[in-house]
Amino acid sequence: MKTVINSMRLEVPSRSANESFARSAVGCFAAQLDPTLEEVGDIKTAVSEAVTNCIVHAYPDGIGRVLIRARILADRSLEITVRDWGKGIEDVEQARTPMFTTGGDNRSGMGFTIMESFMDSLRVRSSPGKGTTVVMRRKIAERAGIR
Amino acid sequence: MNIESAFADGKVRLYLSGELDHHAARAVMTEIEEKLDLLLPQDCVLDLRDVSFMDSSGIAVVMKTYRRMHAIGGRLWVENVPPQPMKVLDASGIDRLISISALMQARRRT
Repeated sequence: MKTVINSMRLEVPSRSANESFARSAVGCFAAQLDPTLEEVGDIKTAVSEAVTNCIVHAYPDGIGRVLIRARILADRSLEITVRDWGKGIEDVEQARTPMFTTGGDNRSGMGFTIMESFMDSLRVRSSPGKGTTVVMRRKIAERAGIR
Repeated sequence: MNIESAFADGKVRLYLSGELDHHAARAVMTEIEEKLDLLLPQDCVLDLRDVSFMDSSGIAVVMKTYRRMHAIGGRLWVENVPPQPMKVLDASGIDRLISISALMQARRRT
């Protein structure tokens, strides 16, 4: 059973201005684990990708709810959940394929690939018409040395 | 996100500064395209030294700029890339197509 040390929840409408807000908020929350600059960068990048997916793909024709939840677990891992109630993904495996995108040439198709490679684990659950939940985890190494 | 440009001898250097995400990408791309269409440079350098954050939206911006330069018969370099944007570009594998160089030390413009 995993012990939750701390947690946060943030709900925003799927407006692109909130991409920056969401990744910064999670980055600040993660700061209590004393991550390196690179670790914070990785976490913010992964959150940015997940939230952008909600904005671009879950609610392509309007504004919907995006829930961002983060938890710090006893093993010093950060668990981030990004959830929407949008149109869902028909084929999750295809969506996770590098370079695959339905977003045209404004999108690179690298969102899930980056989440996958920047975090320790990535789980995607989706049902068409109901929404998508992305759960990512990243363990932050304890740093030795002078504080 | 802000863009400044320096143009001389058919070579344009575009200095991007701030955060390059999906929110910023459309305006950035429009501005880059307008500059390239106006100047029709032989060489274009995207200088990312002052980009404080970039996600996969930046990959699409670099790719579109590359295709635009290719269409007008020019070349593209991406230079002075800080560590966080570099990691994102590395994940994309576009360094097989485009010459990308990292920011060496504190070389921020003042």
